[in-house]
Order: sequence, then structure tokens, then C-alpha cells
Amino acid sequence: MDQPPPDSRSGVSRRAFIKGVIASGAVASSAAYLFRGNGAPIFGQTSAPGSVERLVTLSVNGQMRRVDVMKQETLAMTLRYKLGLTGTKIGCDRAECGACTVLIDEVPHYSCSVLTHTVRGRQVQTIEGLATGSQLHPVQQAVVDEQGFQCAFCLSGFVMAAVGYFKVNPNPTRQELAHGISGNLCRCQDYDKILTSLMRGGEYLRRA
Amino acid sequence: MAETKLVGQNYTPLDLVAKVTGKARYAEDFRADGMLFCKLLTSPMPHARVRSVDTSAALAMPGVKAILTADELPDFGPGEKALTNEPFYAGEPILAVAAVDEVTAAEAVEAIVVDFEPLPFVVDPLESLRPDGPNARTDANAWGAPMPGGQGPGAASPPKTVKWTSEQFADEAEGRLPMGEPTEQWTYGDLDAGFTNAALVLDETFVVQSTGHHPMETRTAMAYWQNGKLYLHGSTQSVSQTVAGIARWVGIEPTDVVLISEYTGGGFGSKGGGTVTMCIPALLSKKANAPVMMRISRDDESYIGRARTNMSGRVKAGFAKDGRITALDLYIVQDSGAYGPMGDHRSAGLAASIIYQPQAMRWRAVSILTNTPPRSQQRSPGPMQANGLIEPVITKAAKQLGVDQVEIRKINSPVGRAMFGPPAGPSGQRARLTSAFVVEALERGKATFKWDEKKAYSGQRRGAKVRGVGVAVGPHGAGSIGWDSLMTIRPDGKLYVQSGVGNLGTHSCTDLARVAADVLAMPWEKVEVIWGDTGKGVPWSCLSVGSQTTHGMTRANFAGANDAKRKLQEIAARDHGGSPDDYELGNERVYRRGSPATGMSYAQAAKRAIELGGKYDGHEVADDLNAMTKRAAAMHAGVGLMGVAKDNYPRNGTTYSFVIGFAEVEVDVETGKVTLVDYLGVGDVGTVVNPRSLLAQIKGGSCLGIAHALQQKWVFDQKYGLMVSRRFHYTKPLTILDIPASMQADAVNLPDPETPVGARGVGEPPVGAGYGAVLNAIADAVGVDVFRRAPVTADLVLMSLENGRRMHEPLQAHL
Repeated sequence: MDQPPPDSRSGVSRRAFIKGVIASGAVASSAAYLFRGNGAPIFGQTSAPGSVERLVTLSVNGQMRRVDVMKQETLAMTLRYKLGLTGTKIGCDRAECGACTVLIDEVPHYSCSVLTHTVRGRQVQTIEGLATGSQLHPVQQAVVDEQGFQCAFCLSGFVMAAVGYFKVNPNPTRQELAHGISGNLCRCQDYDKILTSLMRGGEYLRRA
Repeated sequence: MAETKLVGQNYTPLDLVAKVTGKARYAEDFRADGMLFCKLLTSPMPHARVRSVDTSAALAMPGVKAILTADELPDFGPGEKALTNEPFYAGEPILAVAAVDEVTAAEAVEAIVVDFEPLPFVVDPLESLRPDGPNARTDANAWGAPMPGGQGPGAASPPKTVKWTSEQFADEAEGRLPMGEPTEQWTYGDLDAGFTNAALVLDETFVVQSTGHHPMETRTAMAYWQNGKLYLHGSTQSVSQTVAGIARWVGIEPTDVVLISEYTGGGFGSKGGGTVTMCIPALLSKKANAPVMMRISRDDESYIGRARTNMSGRVKAGFAKDGRITALDLYIVQDSGAYGPMGDHRSAGLAASIIYQPQAMRWRAVSILTNTPPRSQQRSPGPMQANGLIEPVITKAAKQLGVDQVEIRKINSPVGRAMFGPPAGPSGQRARLTSAFVVEALERGKATFKWDEKKAYSGQRRGAKVRGVGVAVGPHGAGSIGWDSLMTIRPDGKLYVQSGVGNLGTHSCTDLARVAADVLAMPWEKVEVIWGDTGKGVPWSCLSVGSQTTHGMTRANFAGANDAKRKLQEIAARDHGGSPDDYELGNERVYRRGSPATGMSYAQAAKRAIELGGKYDGHEVADDLNAMTKRAAAMHAGVGLMGVAKDNYPRNGTTYSFVIGFAEVEVDVETGKVTLVDYLGVGDVGTVVNPRSLLAQIKGGSCLGIAHALQQKWVFDQKYGLMVSRRFHYTKPLTILDIPASMQADAVNLPDPETPVGARGVGEPPVGAGYGAVLNAIADAVGVDVFRRAPVTADLVLMSLENGRRMHEPLQAHL
């Protein structure tokens, strides 16, 4: 890990590019280096020429929602910026942290790495869709009872990952549940308490 | 405090339901009509000068609304600005574009042509100290000693140039840190005598790494203007203390700033008083005459998101036969990054004098500028590094002297009002702690952890596995004083407590209101906490950094609640006769002692306060309050009975907290992999205010330190000065699979005598405890001379074990 990864899109490695710039003192367009390469964007990906929004119908939290999306738009961005569901957080936008985890047909997915148009006809569930009225979902209630998280920016991702995991393994050991939610990062890092609270969530679910 | 019903008890923090339902709004969760998006153009080079910028093509693109350059920022003197024409690190923002959406903003950034003139750069502080080494800035490579009158770790220093001679670099050949002239130093006691009388003298070099803070929420901000006022939705660790920074960065008056920051997705010191880039959406919004959202990507966060200072240290220590430290000579080369000045090196020196209590000590340091991203205080800034530099020496000494690892730390522990640091001030006296119960915490932890049982297994190889145990004392300053408090009891009978601290999920924001509720005998259900919005009127509160909040704000709220209590008593006496002292509080009433029927309810008292006006309902307030508190009081004057006061309680000494880390690791000597199997953190943090939160702080903070011991580091391409360890992927934090099956926390719960509630802070001390304990446990398992830098990764362990000597680079930074 002592070299930066090559910029696969431009075909020019960071190193070669910088080297060229330094050697020649050439005019450095900020362009390719920063945004087409590693530093990549942004509101989904850079739009291809002629990219247009297109009306699609999504099933989110049990409701049919009609929304205009670009073909390269990610589900995380659609949920947050077009459907007002800001409970889903974007921590890295590169499938590294899990903060944006939602359920698609009951399976946890990183919504930053799912294109919105691919979930047409599938059931999307976010943190906002867990509670029934003022009645919290058992996993939410357990997090409240155990005070599971601190800053809570990672909370919705962890809770959605756990809810998804309980669907395939309703009675996991601590170790099994840890594996089930290991694709989520927390920086406050009392993982011990997170695990305790989500284990209790499993217990509440089994009782419910 | 006479009686505490709420302090010391677990409770459900008021904001938790909002968090679990997704309703809690962080900076990026706000929207405004016509909101534009912003993207940054950042420097591709570690040091350069912008010769020219051509934005014409970008401005001609449809949807591009405004471009902000460094020339348009207010000039507030030297120091880091949000945009620059002379980038000091790769990734430093040069200009910002606002457009109708991010795609357009990003494409506009690509259409901008910047002509950069590359300049010499350096990413390793030792390289910059060489006789012909490059400077991070054209005119300087170091921070000097504090300006006259400057004190404490944060004291301002002038930039200067420091070079050492080749002769001074001679020690480098043996892998030892060279020690040229320091820019700062202090000493106490007779160092020479300490070494002469020592039974054992060790001289070791250790390299502590840098890591990015990387809170889960990046430093995103959204801004708009209304009626001449700036409304800024930002992510900050402190609400009241961020206002002045924003005003300065934007170039407006603090009274024209409305800051909304109800929820902050972590900071760890990287968002202490806000973030300098907050001014970008504010100024772009002014220019484009529309709201602007600046989403900071994880990549950008890697560069502008702050990091811990890395340090190379040389430790010469003398020990008596029983392990008592007779002399400690500490030299630190600190990498302060592109800006600063940083004070971690100073905090590290003081921390060393506190937790190891050497009979004589000298501290020397240089703080060097490099072309690496800016540093800021990261959770335990300085003390954690001190643990890293010195713990390996203590562990090695204990082994050589045949002293138990817990015992050697106990014999060197601060006790009670222990002295620390150099003689200072006009009196020439050394400073004293307010209190320390480290020995009690060590003993308690030793028993709980079953230290002696575990120790019996350590060092014995079973198959490919060998276990080891380690212990370390993590210290940190834990509380400031002199802050304000503001609360009202309103005619609805409820207590409304205003809070100006940040809400990072430590729950201190609402914990502090429980102190007020206890003083006023108010049931918790009748307490509302108003936080996170300066538009709602917040008092002058401490920065939620440096483990200050619990100490500083319990004191303030104790003062404010006692002010309210006195006013309740005065009003009751006025209406029902007798003197105020005849009245006491209970059942949401103020009543005459021995005659519960004589008196009035809080709701009635609140109405009477409004009728009486003056000081009772906040129309008159004390002169010693901060201007921000006075403005907030004016906002709430007339709504009820006001408690408003500055913490004027005396304090004799300096407040420090301690966490003791106990770790057991298992090392696979065939793969080099280190697994943490058991961990315990025990706090000496004064009175426990919120037990569950406290234990979470100890465990979470320890995990940050553990990650420093095992896996996280900054890595730079040394030749081109570019960061390799970007985002989470290339410098991975601990995951839930990395924590041990047994992870416990505990506290001795002994009150600090120098503060009315007895509580000290806890945020930082566990970090050094986790770091030191795990490093020591690894050394216990595989040998005390296997590594001299952190993190102790599998390749480092394996190569050194296979070759029978240390195989890692001894001095280079950011490897």
C-alpha cells in the first residue's frame, strides 16, 4: 500500500500525472486529475452527454413513489434528495462504511452503490419505514432501551443491517450478529454496546 | 451537592427517539428553496503557487451560478483560510463553484484551468530539519516557542526556520532520534543525579503515527441569508463557541450569525469550534443570492478533515530497583502539518510528568511544519502520543527489573494533589492536580481483569499462538471553569435549560440539565433542554473538546440552578413572609420549612417572577456574564423565572482525568496477526453523572487507541508528497469484528473535591489507555524489542520475529 492506485478511467496514473506536471511546470487543469479520477464526485457520477431524468415508480416504505431520476443516480441520493428520506445517511459514498444501508426486498444493501433505476418493482425499506405510527420497531426500541449509539450518524445503517440480518437468522449468537453487521463502521466505536443493543433487538423481535 | 436523584442514574437521552426514527437532522439533512450545490477545486500538489486561474469556460456553462476564489475571502491575518492561492498540501481547496446541482458544479470545476507553479515540499519533519532539507513554507519550517505571555498547549508561536547540523544527525545511523537544538524546553529536579542514582537507564526511540479524525459525518455545511443575517447549518462540536469563528471567516459580526447544529455526526476534535470551510457556502450563497449546500466527500474529508500530530520521540529514563522513575529525559519531534501551531507536544510533556511522576524531568521539543494536511487536536491530543512514546520504555524496564507491570505503574502514579510540569509563574511553584485516584483505579482494574491469572499465561507459546497482557494509564486535562448557564421556570411549571454545547452523542448536552433538575428538585419529565440553535438563545458554554463539558458545564448549571433556587426562595418569602432561607424546594413547590402548605408552586412562582420583573424574569442580569449569555437572556426575559449565572466557584489545582487500560492479546507468530482478546478500561473521572454514557466513552475512546496500536496510520508517497491513506478503505478503523469478545468498562466514582458536582470529563483519557495497554500487551507476548513504531501490523511483527531483530524503518514518518 505504498503507491496510490492507478486512475483506471483516464489511463494515467496519479503518479505519472503529477510527475508530468512537476517536470514540465505545465498548466495543470484541475480537470481529469481531481474529479474523473480518484477524487471522484458527487451527485451520483458525472453525467454522460445527453443524460436526462426519467420518471420511474419506486416502492419505498410500502408506498408507491413516482420520481424523476437520472440513469446514473444512486438510490441514496434519490432517497435523500428526491423523496425527503434523510434518515439514510451518506458516510463515504463508496461502499466503505455502510451508513447508507437500506433493505431492498428485505436484503441489506449499500444504497450509495445501487442505481435507483435498478430497484423499480422492488421493495425498498429505510429507517423511516420501520416504526408503525408512534410504535417503534422492536430493534429501534431496543436501541432506545440500551442507548445503543452515540453520535448516531451510523445508526440507521446499523439498524437496517440488523433488521435484514434477523430475517435470515432470527436467533443469532453475538458473534454471528457481529458478522452480520460487520459491513458497517462506527467512529464513536462502542461496538460492544451497539452489539448489545442489537442483540436485544433480536430478542424483542422474537417476542413480538 | 446535597442530594442527587438524577445525577449518577441511567436515563434515556431526550434525542434518542429522533435518532432511531431518522428524524434527527444533521447538517446535510436540511433543504432550502432554490438550494445550489457547491464543489471544491483542490490542489493536486503538496506545495505550489497559483499563477493564474481561468474560469471563463466554467462560468459560461449553463447552471453555474458563482465561483469563489481565495481573493474574495476576508483577510483576518495569518493562519489557515478556507481557500488559498498558495496550497501547503495536496488536497487544499483553491476555489469553490456553486451550481444548480453537483454534477454541473463538478463539471464546472473540471472546466477551470489553474496554472500551478510547483514549489519545494517535505512530508517528513526530520527531512526538513536536515542542513539542506526543504521547508514546508518558503520562509519557515517550524513553530517557535510561545509568544511572550503565552501559556498552555495552545499558546501561539511565531513561525521560524530550524536546521540541524550533520553532526547532530549522527544518532540517526543507529536508528536513534537525532536531537539538535530544541525550540522549546523545560526541566525540573536534578536530572543528572536521577540518572547517576538509577539502577537501570534505558534510551529508546519510538515513532507515533498520524491518523485522520474521519468522523462518520464529514464537514458538510449549508448556508443562506435572510434579513442580513447568515443562517448556517453546520457540523460542529460546540454551538456557542462556533459563532465567533464563523463571523471571522465570513467577515461579519457575530450577532449576524445564526448557527443551527442540533446533531453532529462525530468530531473527535476535528470540529472543535466549527470548521474553517463553513465560510465557503456562506460566501457563495451571498454571491449567488441563493442557499448553498456544500457536501464534503469522504475523499475531501481525508485532506481537509484534520488529523492527529505524529511524533517521533526519544526517551531516556532512569529507574530505581523498585521501578520508581528517578529521571526522565523526553525529546519530541512533532509534525504539525501544513498549519498550526499545534500544542500536542506540550500536552505530551505535561502528561508524561503527571502519569509517570518522574523525580526529575526534562522536556524538549521541536514542532515542524510539513506539506501534509492540517492537524487539529484529536481525542487525547498529546497525552496519547506520550503513552505511545514512553510506555514501551516502562514495560521494558519492568521486565528487566523483575517488577510487575501494574506495580511499576502504581509506584509511579500521581496521588491526590500531585505536582506536575516545571516550576512556573511568579511563585516558581509546580502546578498541582485537583485530585487523582489512579492507584485505586489500578487496583480495582487489576482485580476485575484477573491480571495475575492472565499474567501466568503470558509469553507461553501454544502452537503458533502466544498471549501477552498490558496495562497503561491514559491521562488528559478534564475540565475548564468560568462558563455561563441559562434556564427558565415557566408558568407551565416546567424547567427549560438552554445549552450552548455541541451534541455529539456523548449526551453531556442533556446530562448537564440533570444537575440543574437535581438542585431544583425538578422531576426529569418536567425538564426541556433547548440546544443546537443560536436563534433560540444559548449561553456562553465551553468548547465540547478536551473532556471539558462535563466538568465545565456541571459547574455552570449548578450555579444557574442555584440562582433560580434563590429567586424562588425570595419570591416565596416576599409573598408569604419570613426570610428566603426559611424556604425549601420539593414537589415542584417552594414552601416554608416545616409548613408545606405555606408557599407556592413553581408555576405560580414563574408567574410572580414575570410580574416582579427585574432580575426575577431576566430583565436584569449580572454584569459578569458573557455578551452571548446576555443576548440569550434578553431573548428569554419575561417568559418565566430565570436562573442565569457564571460559574464563579473556586478551584484549587488543574483538573485531570485518568483511564486505566488493561489488555490481553494473542499473537500468531506464524502470521504476525495480533488479536485483542480481552479489554477493560477503568476510569478515575470523578463523580459519575451518566453511567451508561460514561462506560460508552471509556469503551469507544479505548477503541480509537486500540486502532492506533493495531492498524490505523497515515501513509504518504514520500517522493511526490501525496496521501495514500485516503477515506476509510486505506486506513481502516476498527470494525465490530475487531473488538474483543470481552470488552468492559468501569469507574471508581470518587468525587473531585474541587468542583461542586464532583464530576470530571472522560472523552480523551481512554484513548491513550487503549493505545498503551495494547502496545504493552504485544510487547509482553513477543518481546520488548520487537517494535518501536505503531501501528504494530502483522508484517512488522512477522518480519522482526523471523529475523530476530527489528526490521522496520526506525525514524521515517508516514510509512
